[in-house]
Amino acid sequence: MNKFLWPLVGFAALVVLLAVGLNLNPRDVPSPLVGKPAAAFSLPVLGADRKFGPEDMKGKVWLLNVWASWCVSCRQEHPILVDLGKKGIVPVVGLNYKEVRGDGETDMSKTDAETEAKLARERAAKWLRQHGDPYQLSVLDLDGRVGIDYGVYGVPETYIIDKTGIIRMKHTGPVTPDILSAKILPLVAELNK
Amino acid sequence: MMATPFITETQRPRSKTVSGFLLLAFLCALCVSALNPVYAKEAAPLAADPLTEKRLMAISAELRCLVCQNQTIADSNADLANDFRREIRTMISQGRSDQEILDFMVARYGDFVRYRPPMKGTTILLWLGPGLLLVIGLTVLVRYLRRRNDAISDSDLSPEEQRQVDALLAASQDSQGSKPQ
Repeated sequence: MNKFLWPLVGFAALVVLLAVGLNLNPRDVPSPLVGKPAAAFSLPVLGADRKFGPEDMKGKVWLLNVWASWCVSCRQEHPILVDLGKKGIVPVVGLNYKEVRGDGETDMSKTDAETEAKLARERAAKWLRQHGDPYQLSVLDLDGRVGIDYGVYGVPETYIIDKTGIIRMKHTGPVTPDILSAKILPLVAELNK
Repeated sequence: MMATPFITETQRPRSKTVSGFLLLAFLCALCVSALNPVYAKEAAPLAADPLTEKRLMAISAELRCLVCQNQTIADSNADLANDFRREIRTMISQGRSDQEILDFMVARYGDFVRYRPPMKGTTILLWLGPGLLLVIGLTVLVRYLRRRNDAISDSDLSPEEQRQVDALLAASQDSQGSKPQ
């Protein structure tokens, strides 16, 4: 073989490897929770004096959407969720993630639990009034502990949970029209069969 | 205090007023930082038990912060890393073993959260890849060196070349032999 051909082949292989590597999304970490039961929780509902847990949704296919008023990318996906909520194809439950302490601006050493809960309710409700409320209901995860159970590491995140309470898909980052029509809605339709 | 030798070193070549001013400024800064608790925020709250803190450090050095990805939980100041440390601290105080705590994190965030993921189908390339590359590199090197050796090893001379060599050697011997005389 030509002695210039081998380096060329090596170079081409390297280019392909790097091209593939650079086009992968490093945030796209496969979640081990897909195929596992959605972790149980009991969290206060925004705008109501009761609690909600995943078992309340047994028998329904539903979306769990992690959001917060300080989350900038949430604004990007929000109109899509509002639209989805209007159509009523699938119930969306909001998991409000670290509403107060997540913004990094509130000094938590000076904020007691009661103040934090009150502040979170105010801020979350205000944000939903401004941007629209696509959620059947939203629950408040003030300290992010439920978030850890769901493997949350970047808001927004969206989970599809089936009728038996198994997580069937997890999407990290804002929901785009493409992802909604190509992945989420077909899966919801399939799970609803 | 760490800052004291720094002050004395810098003030040596300066005039007295400047060094006095520096000292005053330093003391002011010290007072302000003592009054304002915001400056104390960076220090992670230590658990009452130093053993717990030692175990926390050991475990969190094994775990990846998923927000910054190339830092450990121990190194990272990200919000999520703080939450992880809090969670680990709670689990330690509940008397859970290191392995149980690692399993807890892996169950939620996957093998990616560990800096030393277990050897299995999906991670085999990760573990063996460097060795594989080394073997490939060495093979290529050895093959190249052998081929080069073959190329430069002595080949038989043609009769014409042999005659030229003999003539040259004879000529050089003649000139050497004639020198001392």
